[in-house]
Amino acid sequence: MTTRRPRRVSICDYGAGNVRSVSVALRRLGTEIVDDPLGADLCVLPGVGSASSAMACLRRRGLDRALRERFHLGRPILGICLGLQLALEETEEDGGVPGLGFLPGRAVRLRGGRVPRIGWATVEPGGEAFYFAHSYAAVTPAATAVSEGVVAEARVGSFVGVQFHPEKSGAAGARFLERCLSRV
Amino acid sequence: MPLPRLIPCLDVDRGRVVKGVRFEGLRDVGDPVELGAAYSGAGADELVFLDVSATTEGRPLLLDLVARVADRLAIPFTVGGGIRTVADAAALLRAGADKVAVNTAALRRPVLIGELAAALGSQAVVLAIDASGGEVHARAGSEPTGRGAAAWAREGEAAGAGEILLTSIDADGTREGYDLGLTAAVAGAVSVPLIASGGAGEASHIAAVLEFAQAALLASIVHESPARLGVLRAELLSRGVLLRDAA
Repeated sequence: MTTRRPRRVSICDYGAGNVRSVSVALRRLGTEIVDDPLGADLCVLPGVGSASSAMACLRRRGLDRALRERFHLGRPILGICLGLQLALEETEEDGGVPGLGFLPGRAVRLRGGRVPRIGWATVEPGGEAFYFAHSYAAVTPAATAVSEGVVAEARVGSFVGVQFHPEKSGAAGARFLERCLSRV
Repeated sequence: MPLPRLIPCLDVDRGRVVKGVRFEGLRDVGDPVELGAAYSGAGADELVFLDVSATTEGRPLLLDLVARVADRLAIPFTVGGGIRTVADAAALLRAGADKVAVNTAALRRPVLIGELAAALGSQAVVLAIDASGGEVHARAGSEPTGRGAAAWAREGEAAGAGEILLTSIDADGTREGYDLGLTAAVAGAVSVPLIASGGAGEASHIAAVLEFAQAALLASIVHESPARLGVLRAELLSRGVLLRDAA
């Protein structure tokens, strides 16, 4: 914990659009971005796009195996948006896609309100607003934070998943990422 | 529902923010990254960059601009103007944009909306609609299409658009208030979020349109003055409009 070595973060790049934003946000916090999903201090599973193509791409690049191994070793993983949904047992998107199974439960299509649910919304506990952009949401007993009845964060073991985009959530998002890094 | 959003819109031409005077004599008003950062600092919830370049010469500059904005800002931003293919849109997202807005290209070839949604996800696809007298106009408002705005919005939603950016040509630039009738009609026709645009002159106009729309686009009302956004936010908060605490 007292080491001065920059924390090394690996971002799973499976063709999702927001890898650049995630790496920029983490670099701003003084981390070093590396391509080492198993050995890095923190591995981030970002997510934008559709569940089936994301899962297929994870498999093609062998990232699903690396993530499973990392999870079983108890090394920290952060899932963002679709990255949270892929960590569930299943998502009903694209006619049903099996997930990584780190979290119990499944992702279901949002009902009620305008969908996609896009914009800044308050997360409890904490009361800070984060930026959301999603059409599916987790239904899981592992939820640790909610936003307007939607699961905003869920945790099991070394996996933390958030439905919002910390890399797009301004100062509140940076504080969230800093808290994640302080625990690795 | 998430909190109502205030979204400054910056027109860019060849990598610079410009301000047009009745579509003539575009004047350089600054660097998009610096202005974007200033709006972000003043509490913008998102940003929209509209590429007004008439030619494709400016595309490499646009991609470079998007990358520089993404490197600097930690709020979402949309890029619109001249996007005709999935490849155009994917390049912008790879460079760091969160969403793309399509307008004329989608009117010419409506299947583009579905192609973009399949490749990028609906949350990244904004259908921009310019309307006058309820009728959709293409090519920056210059070409009537015979389509009704509400019907086109509904068609766009069904095809996979994740948001509608609705500009009233009649109200745009007047600073006399948003076109509430048009906004209400389109809001009632779709179940995706609606961003209202055109006509903002004071805080009361924004408060009024946020009764129907989930976000308000701010153009001339905040141009060249990010500080004005901070003042508007304070006025809206005092009117009871719930905005995020941007600190």
